Amino acid sequence: MTHISAMVDGTHRTGEVEPRLLLVHWLRENLGLVGTPIGCDTSNCGACTVLVNGKSVKSCNVLAVQVDGAEVQTIQGLASEDEWHPVQKAFKECHGLQCGFCTPGMIMATVDLLSENPNPTEEEIRDGLHGNLCRCTGYHNIVKAVSHAAAEMSGS
Amino acid sequence: MTDTLNETMGAIGRPLRRKEDARLVTGNTNWTDNIQLPGTLHMAFLRSSIAHAKITRIDTSAAKAAEGVVHVYTGADFPGQPGSTCVWPVTDDIVMSHYPVICEDEVKYVGDVVAVVIATEKYLATDALDLIDVDYEVLPAIVDMEAALAEGSPLVHSDKGTNRCYTAPVPFGGNYAEVKAKADVVVTRRFINQRLIPTTMEPRAVVAAPMGMADEITLWSATQVPHVLRVLLAMLTGVPENNLRVVAPDVGGGFGGKLQIYREEVLAVILARKLGRPIKWTETRSESILTMHHGRDQIQDIEIAATSDGQILGMSVNLLADMGAYLQIITPGTPLLGMFMYSGIYKMEALDFTCTGVYTNKTPTDAYRGAGRPEATFAVERIVDELAAELGMDPMELRKKNWIKHEEFPYTTVEGLTYDTGNYEAATARALELFGMDELRAEQAVRRATGDTVQLGIGISTFTEMCGLAPSRTLGALKYVAGGWEHCTIRALPTGKIELVTGTSPHGQGHATAWSQIASDIIGVPVEDIEVIYGDTGRSPYGMDTYGSRSLAVGGQAIKVAGERLVEKARIIAAHQLEVSPDDIEFNAGTYSVKGDPEKATTIQAIAFAAFQAHNLPDGVEPTLSGEATVDPMDFSYPHGTHLAAMEVDTETGKVKLRKYVAVDDCGVQINPMIVEGQVHGGLAQGIAQAMYEGAEYDSNGNLLTASMGDYLIPSSADLPSFITDRTVTPSSTHPLGTKGIGEAGAIASTPAIVNGVVDAIRHLGVNNVLMPTSPQNVYRALQAANKGGAA
Repeated sequence: MTHISAMVDGTHRTGEVEPRLLLVHWLRENLGLVGTPIGCDTSNCGACTVLVNGKSVKSCNVLAVQVDGAEVQTIQGLASEDEWHPVQKAFKECHGLQCGFCTPGMIMATVDLLSENPNPTEEEIRDGLHGNLCRCTGYHNIVKAVSHAAAEMSGS
Repeated sequence: MTDTLNETMGAIGRPLRRKEDARLVTGNTNWTDNIQLPGTLHMAFLRSSIAHAKITRIDTSAAKAAEGVVHVYTGADFPGQPGSTCVWPVTDDIVMSHYPVICEDEVKYVGDVVAVVIATEKYLATDALDLIDVDYEVLPAIVDMEAALAEGSPLVHSDKGTNRCYTAPVPFGGNYAEVKAKADVVVTRRFINQRLIPTTMEPRAVVAAPMGMADEITLWSATQVPHVLRVLLAMLTGVPENNLRVVAPDVGGGFGGKLQIYREEVLAVILARKLGRPIKWTETRSESILTMHHGRDQIQDIEIAATSDGQILGMSVNLLADMGAYLQIITPGTPLLGMFMYSGIYKMEALDFTCTGVYTNKTPTDAYRGAGRPEATFAVERIVDELAAELGMDPMELRKKNWIKHEEFPYTTVEGLTYDTGNYEAATARALELFGMDELRAEQAVRRATGDTVQLGIGISTFTEMCGLAPSRTLGALKYVAGGWEHCTIRALPTGKIELVTGTSPHGQGHATAWSQIASDIIGVPVEDIEVIYGDTGRSPYGMDTYGSRSLAVGGQAIKVAGERLVEKARIIAAHQLEVSPDDIEFNAGTYSVKGDPEKATTIQAIAFAAFQAHNLPDGVEPTLSGEATVDPMDFSYPHGTHLAAMEVDTETGKVKLRKYVAVDDCGVQINPMIVEGQVHGGLAQGIAQAMYEGAEYDSNGNLLTASMGDYLIPSSADLPSFITDRTVTPSSTHPLGTKGIGEAGAIASTPAIVNGVVDAIRHLGVNNVLMPTSPQNVYRALQAANKGGAA
């Protein structure tokens, strides 16, 4: 067992974990943060995307021990107490989700995308999110949602 | 667009933002895998890595001794116990199969269950799988359907004496041989509708626990069909139905893949009862791709006969449908769901239909988005294009010459269905307007004339489909075991809030929002005061669940009738309180008022409280205020549309690019056009995926080669364009709200549009067929074959 310590969604969390424990399992099974779902075991789908030190990672592809000392943000830590993040609002406004299973990962990947490129073109959005699969929306409204969020966040 | 209701417009028809989204965008979700109960034991499955083999020995002793392992079970522990069942024996002489919960002496596909480990932790359960020692005697794998039917083929089920599951010749109208004899032109093609894998984003998951009252077992499952599942689990496990509660919490997509009773669900219920502890299992994606049922997988031999001036006379349809190794819930019926759709939107004199189901050593097939109708639509829309090419006619002109005209509805097709309403002219006109057909045809001509290495093709799909499965008597006549009704109860609670209990079971379709919109207009209560309750046989005891675009088409009718019954009961109480006759009461937007004296009024919320108090009810009126209805649909409904695709094909590499896609759908009255459009987008993506990207591939030994998301190509955002969509509105005449279905239309319509476009791009190079998916490899092979004069 290895001792780890991390800031998760703004709360200091510690744990004794097996070195092989995946980050997503630490979040879900140990910390009870079940808002981050698991969609595959090959790092293809991106449903489990979270931010580690502000960068998006697929948490099924990271070991829990790798986030020792890091800051982890999940979908459950994105909204403030009284307001959703603009990306969350945009996904609802633009009907960018149906079943919602890919949505946590899609939103976290979008947050990272927009931090790197605040005004992406449609092509840049499609390219930027190609590691996050959705089976319901055909991506049409996800692309709209990302554009909408970008406009809201840049105040245009 | 706005979420705010105003007095001039009802809730129906408005693009209200979804109620569901609040929890889904914040992570406050309730997926089955989120459930963590004290004392849970975890299941892990040892699955066969061989397609067909005898199990000669299993040694579980090392696994049983491993850390955390509570039990290891094999087939010997559950002799004769079925793990799934088929409720649609389509012919009298169908060869049924026994699908064991755990294989006893033989495995029949890669992924078949050999043993199950029960352990205290998920990781430990999986670790122990490696300690189980199995000896196999490998048997020949039956992979190819035609080889399976050949004399002397090895058998999937050796005790059955054949790999033929059934042959269903269906005596539709007319005499095809006669019309063929008088035809000027006969075109035949073999289409391969390849095997697909549903790949819901949420993998399957189950938790079964002895909870609640008495001997109750509760099963949470990522299922589309909690009600159907409860009945079948009771039949298969021996747990009395009244001790079984099935809950489908948040469910992350279904597409037919979760319209099933799976052996993992059966085993979870059996073990929760046997061990008295919660049992949990969530599949890995690799497990899901191997063992969630697959879809499609048909060989379609299609023939069309016509006159030289383009009058379609008839069609002959001969299908081979791969059942896989076992029959599951509606495996044999799935290809037959398409049999009514082979004439599409066209008038013809005769149609011959035969379907043969074949056992192979592959994952069982079953319903996948559209279930039979996409296969039929692909065949008819492809063969009509081939006929146009043979006749030298414009493919749209050929369609116009043969389709059912607006004024000819209701129209009884050669298959005997009566299409209620439709306007193919209007949808086509709108699609052509959005597409810019003339400019694209001009560009195509230039590219052809200049010998451009990138050629342009235009694909057309003018489709219809059938929703609202189905009048129960019709299902009975088709030998389906269950009915096609739907239930709704609407309760007005003492505080004026509304509970709408539906038997439909959404998994992304937005029922909580759309059903609130319907009820809001009928009972005059704001959308936000209505809570939709579903997916739990404990709270919603009656229902037939969600599949086949039936939820609005059938469930919507039940909402309307239940709401009207509630309104009528409240009217009697209102009249009593206002001291007039019920005939003198007007009801409008939630208010009951006296005709000619609108100041004398009360509200439905006030009546709800009065019905709860019961201090002053008319004689003979029972306390509480609710309306309840179980509705059997009077007929199917037939959404339709015109889809157009502009396809670029690189003739040097075979690479295909979808440049532009226009979809004009007609699903009748739209309850929430935003949700309708979302359904269209998603359907398009899945149909386009079949046409361009996806396909389950097996090798000759029955190994699934596309067994991960890395190998099975689910399109990403970078693989699809934005879509151009619109709707025409031709209300259904068989549905009291005028609605049709929309959940599957995109998936049904788009596949032939894409492939017709690809073939159109390279037809001048001698190509008249391209296998799906239209991958660079398949396109390149078609070009090479044509180059050698070997076109199909």
